[in-house]
Amino acid sequence: MDSTVAIPSSSATVSRYLRPKRSFDSMVILWIMLALLLMFLVINPLCRLIIDSFRQVGGTDFTLANYVAAFSRARHIQAVINTLWMASFASLIAVAMAVPLAWAVSRTDMPGRDWAHASVIAAFIIPTFLGAIGWMLLAGPNAGWLNRIFVGVFGTATGPFNIFSFSGLCFVIGIYAFPLIYVFTRSALDLISTEMEEAAAVHGAGTLRTMLKVTLPLALPAILGGFILVFLEATALYGTPALIAIPARFNVATTQLATFFEHPLRVEVAAAFSMPMIGVTILLLWVQRLMLSNRSYVSVSGKGGDRRLVRLGPWKWLLAAYALLISLVTVLLPLLVLLHCAFAKAWGQGASISNLTLDNFHHIFFEQLTVRQSMWNTFSYAAVTATACCTLGFGIAYIVQRRLLPLTPVLSFLTLSPVIIPGIVLAICFYSAYAGAPFYLYGSSAIIMVAFVTRFLPIAFVTVGSGIRSINPELEEAVRILGGNRLMVLRRVVAPLLKKTILGAWILTFVLATRELSTAVFLSGPETRVISVLTLDLSEQGRYEILAAMGVVLLVVTTVVVLAGMRVLGRDFMLRQP
Amino acid sequence: MRKLNLKGLTKRYGALAVVDHIDLSLHEGEFVSLLGPSGCGKTTTLRMIAGFIDPSEGTIEMNDHLMSSPAASVPPERRNMAMIFQSYAIWPNMTVFENVAFGLRARRLPNEEVHRRTTEMLSIVKLDQLSARYPNELSGGQQQRVALARAIVIKPEVLLLDEPLSNLDANLREEMRGEIRRLHDEFNMTTVYVTHDQSEAMAISDRIAVMNQGRIDQLDAPVDIYRKPKTRFVAGFIGRTNFIEGRLNGDVVNFSGFNIARSNLGTTSIPAGVSTFSVRPQSMEVLANRPTEANQLDIPGKITTRTFLGETWDYTFDSGSGLRLRVVSSPAITLEMNQPVWLRIDPAQIVRVEDSPAAA
Repeated sequence: MDSTVAIPSSSATVSRYLRPKRSFDSMVILWIMLALLLMFLVINPLCRLIIDSFRQVGGTDFTLANYVAAFSRARHIQAVINTLWMASFASLIAVAMAVPLAWAVSRTDMPGRDWAHASVIAAFIIPTFLGAIGWMLLAGPNAGWLNRIFVGVFGTATGPFNIFSFSGLCFVIGIYAFPLIYVFTRSALDLISTEMEEAAAVHGAGTLRTMLKVTLPLALPAILGGFILVFLEATALYGTPALIAIPARFNVATTQLATFFEHPLRVEVAAAFSMPMIGVTILLLWVQRLMLSNRSYVSVSGKGGDRRLVRLGPWKWLLAAYALLISLVTVLLPLLVLLHCAFAKAWGQGASISNLTLDNFHHIFFEQLTVRQSMWNTFSYAAVTATACCTLGFGIAYIVQRRLLPLTPVLSFLTLSPVIIPGIVLAICFYSAYAGAPFYLYGSSAIIMVAFVTRFLPIAFVTVGSGIRSINPELEEAVRILGGNRLMVLRRVVAPLLKKTILGAWILTFVLATRELSTAVFLSGPETRVISVLTLDLSEQGRYEILAAMGVVLLVVTTVVVLAGMRVLGRDFMLRQP
Repeated sequence: MRKLNLKGLTKRYGALAVVDHIDLSLHEGEFVSLLGPSGCGKTTTLRMIAGFIDPSEGTIEMNDHLMSSPAASVPPERRNMAMIFQSYAIWPNMTVFENVAFGLRARRLPNEEVHRRTTEMLSIVKLDQLSARYPNELSGGQQQRVALARAIVIKPEVLLLDEPLSNLDANLREEMRGEIRRLHDEFNMTTVYVTHDQSEAMAISDRIAVMNQGRIDQLDAPVDIYRKPKTRFVAGFIGRTNFIEGRLNGDVVNFSGFNIARSNLGTTSIPAGVSTFSVRPQSMEVLANRPTEANQLDIPGKITTRTFLGETWDYTFDSGSGLRLRVVSSPAITLEMNQPVWLRIDPAQIVRVEDSPAAA
């Protein structure tokens, strides 16, 4: 060892900028604030749900009676079984639509691929409850358009379609869930190198054989991952079952949960009944993670490179017809019938000039205060939710990514944990935690917005987090060493580089919040109803014209926001997998 | 006055000392490289100098002001240093001009001065034509120049460079190396340069600190590092070498097959007993004919392996009595395998090396 000999500690002057080691207090305060916030948003509601499930109805004693009450009745068990079947069939329908379409768009020379892709995006931005209303108008047993056309053409006494049935329910759920599987499948297909397919072709496999033996198996984990998410979404769905299953006189788990909120109110039983739903969600999300992380199986690595499209010959027209059918069923027909209904004096009167009117819009904007109030609520809650989610999501993601605080994995885990809670169960959580003493938030707009923030925070957190991960920390260190402080790092580098990501996250959470039904359903009071909740009431009252007009307003706002987002962020910003 | 002074600098992560009691001091305008394999602690040392990491022990002083200690530190933005990062860290949302002007603006200099100094600096690094461009429109070499200009324009007390050339291709690397040295000489900046590339460090530095497992094995001028490596690690890391063992016997050192008087060796301080010596392949010569000169150390033997590398021949010489050495010869001297040859060694180029303090 021979380095320069250290001269005995000289009179090193103390710089006026010398700061004691990172002041403990400010960091501790920040940590405590975040912990309290997550306690309020996540831990307390979840704990209250679990505690309530063991609490005597209306009392305070420990009991297992809620679980007995929840699971001892054949009716309740049947609802759970119905849910499992419904989710399975709906997911299968979604796969049957999504996989051929994704393959056709990603890999083949099918005509109209861009158009097919655009129609998937359109299906994605139609709220499921509006799609369900559309199909109620199309395939209601007597007055439904399709039935009347059928009767008109074939002269039968009644039409063949009945949306108010188990199969009708599965169908409607499936056709609005398929975009998710499409996104998963498509991005997997886009990553599979065509060289693998060419290798199969060189070794003598034809197009069909290559697809079945090489392409599909490679994309299978992604397809199954999408299947699981759709399955979970279907089990947690409340709106479509409430619109279709209740008139059809059968129950699924979510509508069964809602009955516990009717008179007599039994939140404790509802809490017990929701435990298996959380269990199933955790299990399936774990399986999905396992499957998608098993990269040794999915050899979809690297960029796809130059790709050759599969030539389908005459079959391409068949596939195009299938794509057209999908877009008719998911977008064109429901939109057409909703638009007609919104501008009709009476939707059953058919399409004639004399039936056209703007009264419905006049009604919802100037006369029907409930509707106007609910539209205002919807958009203002969604804007507040999106802003809060993006702010919190950015703050937490930045702290986690840059390890500014100790125990960041805990912060990250807590922020993400609401994904295991189905929306309707989250509503029960917040009802248990904040509806009564000591908060008395029931019927306030605050409880809805707080629940929305909890529900959508994981999405904002993941989206913004992946944006932060793409910023090289050296870009930030360069600011510091050249004389800028932390604030300047955020203002001059992080914010400009992240603004598009944050805008994308804002739009995504805004759009999701405008259509959120299940989280709002038990939390909204007379003054705080949102469009989705009001939809159920109006549908029950049979006031479809008003409902359709309100739906058109929601669709127009959503579409404008999404199109604005597309202009800035590119066509597929909504479809990116987190 | 010592410009920059590291005293007993240590960084521990848990039980592992990544940087282990480093002492290093630079005088004004000196260019020192921290050279070592990955994981030797050189980047951690640099980041402690910059203020991104606080030391676990020891201090960093600049101009006799305390910068870092376990108890208190000056934050990076108050050190008036500049750093060039491996990724260049050019801000993609700012133009070339804005990138270079950043440090001046952060110092709240008047607009006119910011403009004048930035423009001046851009012309020094030949980027004046590109000042309105965004970084994604620049080549790798141009981005590197932006990083250099951005760092130098603020006239930093100390310039820090973290493997700045590792992302460039070979030709550009040589050119930028010259550019860095030229700018250093022009502005007389005290510079700490981190690299794992020994030829880069040789070419550019006034002194090199060879780091090994968190410690400085040797701190010397490039020529001395090469010719008089102090440890086995330094001898092996800088260039290639042969290690031979020798035993001190009175005033003579006995090697396997030959003896040399202690006073003729490259290192004269040799402890009693067996020591390890380094002798470079380039410091020996193989002769095809029996030499006639007296007073030379010539050892008979033969060539057992040979590889032609274009610029050199790479031979393995075997004396037949336990001495095997790698020797490098000019391509003009082609020797056949297994023919008798004579190996000529310059005793002054045999140097004793210690086992590194931290040798594994």
